[in-house]
Amino acid sequence: MTTNYTAVAKTLHWLMAIMIFGLLALGFYMADLPASPQKLQFYSWHKWAGVTIFLLVLFRLAWRVTHQPPPLPEQMPKLLQFAAHAGHALLYLLMIVIPLSGWLMSSANGFQTVWFGVLPIPDLLEKNRELGKVLQTVHFSLNVVLIVVLIGHIGAALKHHFIDRDDVLTRMLPFHPTGKAS
Amino acid sequence: MKLKPMILAVTLAVLLPWSAYAAEYRQVQTEQSAIQFGYQQMGVAMEGTFNRFTAQLNFDPDQPASAKASVEVDLTSIDTGSAEGDEEVAGKPWLNTPVFPTARFAASSIKALGDNRFEAAGQLTIKGKTQDVVIPATFKAQGKTGMFEGQFTLRRADFALGEGAWAAFDVVANEIQIRFRIAASAGE
Repeated sequence: MTTNYTAVAKTLHWLMAIMIFGLLALGFYMADLPASPQKLQFYSWHKWAGVTIFLLVLFRLAWRVTHQPPPLPEQMPKLLQFAAHAGHALLYLLMIVIPLSGWLMSSANGFQTVWFGVLPIPDLLEKNRELGKVLQTVHFSLNVVLIVVLIGHIGAALKHHFIDRDDVLTRMLPFHPTGKAS
Repeated sequence: MKLKPMILAVTLAVLLPWSAYAAEYRQVQTEQSAIQFGYQQMGVAMEGTFNRFTAQLNFDPDQPASAKASVEVDLTSIDTGSAEGDEEVAGKPWLNTPVFPTARFAASSIKALGDNRFEAAGQLTIKGKTQDVVIPATFKAQGKTGMFEGQFTLRRADFALGEGAWAAFDVVANEIQIRFRIAASAGE
């Protein structure tokens, strides 16, 4: 039975973790800035990174389906195991729908997304300011949900490490030696 | 067939096309006209419109040399596509509409290039800055209405559009494409 994550799974986990924290911080910061070239730049970067995350999560899902992750500790109560799986499913779902909601919101607001300023992503929606406002609220709310789920995710990992004293956190660490899990 | 109606018919047939040719277009139909602009913002093509403008026109396609044309655009009617954008461009670094509410183009000479194409040379004034410009347009008459269509590119730096932090072109490009469609009906 697998006792460790693949290097690809670990890389994707930490790369996306850094990107998601960066995008959350940038997103909340830039939204209230007064109009400036800097603000437009931040928006473009946020959108480019959002498209990148969306592509990464599709690849990550494909990887996850074809590479079984190590199982949860046997002594873990069934209810918590269920909660862990549900939490992970929710994280994947949010990583897909949040970029999508941002893309739709940009389309509805009439700001096309051009990946890295080079590759135009088609607008899925016609310009519609009212719909744009609704999608803005959707994008914002989904991110609030993401923050709550992330707090649960990080809290659970820390609980595994410091209270349950199992390897659920350490086996995701980059330099955790493969196959030596307890 | 009686001779009289036939003479009348022939006379009309000869005269009608000629009278259509001689038409001078001078009643601008603002409802069928539009002035739009486009620019690049970090590689993204952006579109906007001016909702209010007036135009004076005396244009006979057969005598372009004596034609007159001028357009005044109400810059407070700008629609950049977002409320935040509209607010920003009204301010001092951009159009400064409280001081300069109007952009003007006055043609000083119009010449025919053939094949329904014309060229209007004149002066464009925006934000108190005047530049010589040459604006190409096609002209097509449909019945009593003539339609001018064309586009030209202006450089926003020539008119101090986007000062201070906006002056660099890495976020908002210098080139702004102006596209217009101006309908005018033939006066009597």
